[in-house]
Amino acid sequence: MFREITLGQYYPADSILHRLDPRVKLFGTLIYIIVLFVASEPISFGVITAALICIIVISKVPFSYMTKGLSGIVMLLVIAGVFNLFLTPGIPIFKLGPLTISDIGLKNAAIMVIRMVYLIVGTSLMTLTTTPNQLTDGLERSMRPMSKIGLPVHEIAMMMSIALRFIPILVEETDKIMKAQMARGADFETGGIIKRAKAMVPILVPLFVSAFRRASDLAMAMEARCYHGGEGRTKMKPLTYTAADRVAYLIILLFLAGIVALSILL
Amino acid sequence: MRSMINAKQLTHEFFRRDEEGNVEGISVALDHVDLDVEPGQFIAILGHNGSGKSTLAKHINALLTPSEGTLIVDGKDVSDPANTLDIRETAGMVFQNPDNQIIATVVEEDVGFGPENLGVPTDEIWQRVEAALRGVGMWEYRSHSPNRLSGGQKQRVAIAGVMAMEPKCIILDEPTAMLDPDGRAEVIRVAHELNEKKGITVILITHYMEEVVGADYVYVMEKGHIIMDGTPTEIFSRVDELIAHRLTVPQITLLAHKLKMAGMDIPDGILTREELIRVLCRLS
Repeated sequence: MFREITLGQYYPADSILHRLDPRVKLFGTLIYIIVLFVASEPISFGVITAALICIIVISKVPFSYMTKGLSGIVMLLVIAGVFNLFLTPGIPIFKLGPLTISDIGLKNAAIMVIRMVYLIVGTSLMTLTTTPNQLTDGLERSMRPMSKIGLPVHEIAMMMSIALRFIPILVEETDKIMKAQMARGADFETGGIIKRAKAMVPILVPLFVSAFRRASDLAMAMEARCYHGGEGRTKMKPLTYTAADRVAYLIILLFLAGIVALSILL
Repeated sequence: MRSMINAKQLTHEFFRRDEEGNVEGISVALDHVDLDVEPGQFIAILGHNGSGKSTLAKHINALLTPSEGTLIVDGKDVSDPANTLDIRETAGMVFQNPDNQIIATVVEEDVGFGPENLGVPTDEIWQRVEAALRGVGMWEYRSHSPNRLSGGQKQRVAIAGVMAMEPKCIILDEPTAMLDPDGRAEVIRVAHELNEKKGITVILITHYMEEVVGADYVYVMEKGHIIMDGTPTEIFSRVDELIAHRLTVPQITLLAHKLKMAGMDIPDGILTREELIRVLCRLS
């Protein structure tokens, strides 16, 4: 039932984007999100679209993978689009009964929809080209300055990578518990949503108990292997920048500067 | 020669507490245990569930500290917190559940976890990981996800994870309890190889009699006490005593014992099929 869940939907391929340092990709995604919200003119969106298409082509990831995330927010898109379209005051350009579309409404609706679609496509491009491990490593390294103000950066990254390791195990366990209960007559498939939700409770209890037991075992195993926090720890796969990473940083900054310049000039 | 592990009157008490945290009762998991292991030995500790054998194992790795008595691991006292990391580096531990001791999502990264914690330089981590994975025959699986491996393979990865820390001693706490017969054979074979080829002291904790046969010395535990100790031949010569403690005896040993009882001239403590065949051939 839960077999198809894959978190960190990595798509293995051999592209420049896949080989980039995760810190570069995180930084790029951050800039990309900022730019999406700074841009307000059609020309800026033209530039962003061109950049996005370039990256998609470079990534060698099939386009359909990026649009998968969109199906989840279709309703949100429709609502945001419709409200912006009809409820924004401005010069009316189209009237149908009580509904009026203004020029600003049309523009706002278009920008809103484009922003959300681009946001999903752009960010899923990052998770598609970066393994979950690289992602946590990248986060740990880029957040390191934050540890000076007391944020437990290493601990958070360690928790994330352990969570990634245990998701498939807990999924399998849920499957086992459900089968064991179905064998004893539990019914998960019929009835309304409330009845089905109620049927899930007896699954959660044993699942939690076993998750805690696993956590305690794992903590002991980690201690037995000399884990004592992030201090004095070395890395098996340290992150190092290559020439390609530096070029990528430069391109990202130029892109940011270009969009900012465009929105100031226009 | 300095002994690898030396326990004198080692005692450990668990406190049972009620909901307010008051002590309700004390259960004694280890009761004045004496034990001595020399470097390079292959030791087996036998016992039922709750016999205190896992508690003993956790002491050797400094996961628990003695309530009474002393435990010295490679010259270092377990009770001193300053020694904890040294002891864990000296005496690595493999646990029962293979899933709950693999930390990383890729085999090689998991094996590198221990050396990373010890602050080993990156180049050396890679050398150690390669050596450890080759040692347990899992090098081909280095970039696999642990989730896709069989139980025996996972347990071999866990052993490699300990080996990469280059310990002098490795404690296997019921490593085969959750494995199928093939997996069990794999793990026991690897343990013997490490002992023979690399001279690593192995302490195998188990309740399978068959796994004890290849050991240099055996301790049998019950209710926190060591009730029998000796070489496997000595231990399995005392068939009636073992059966009295509800411990099963390997089938061959039992057969030899029954034949002897029936009046045949067979010595005690036959452990392998080959031995029995040789003895029987000599009879006729």
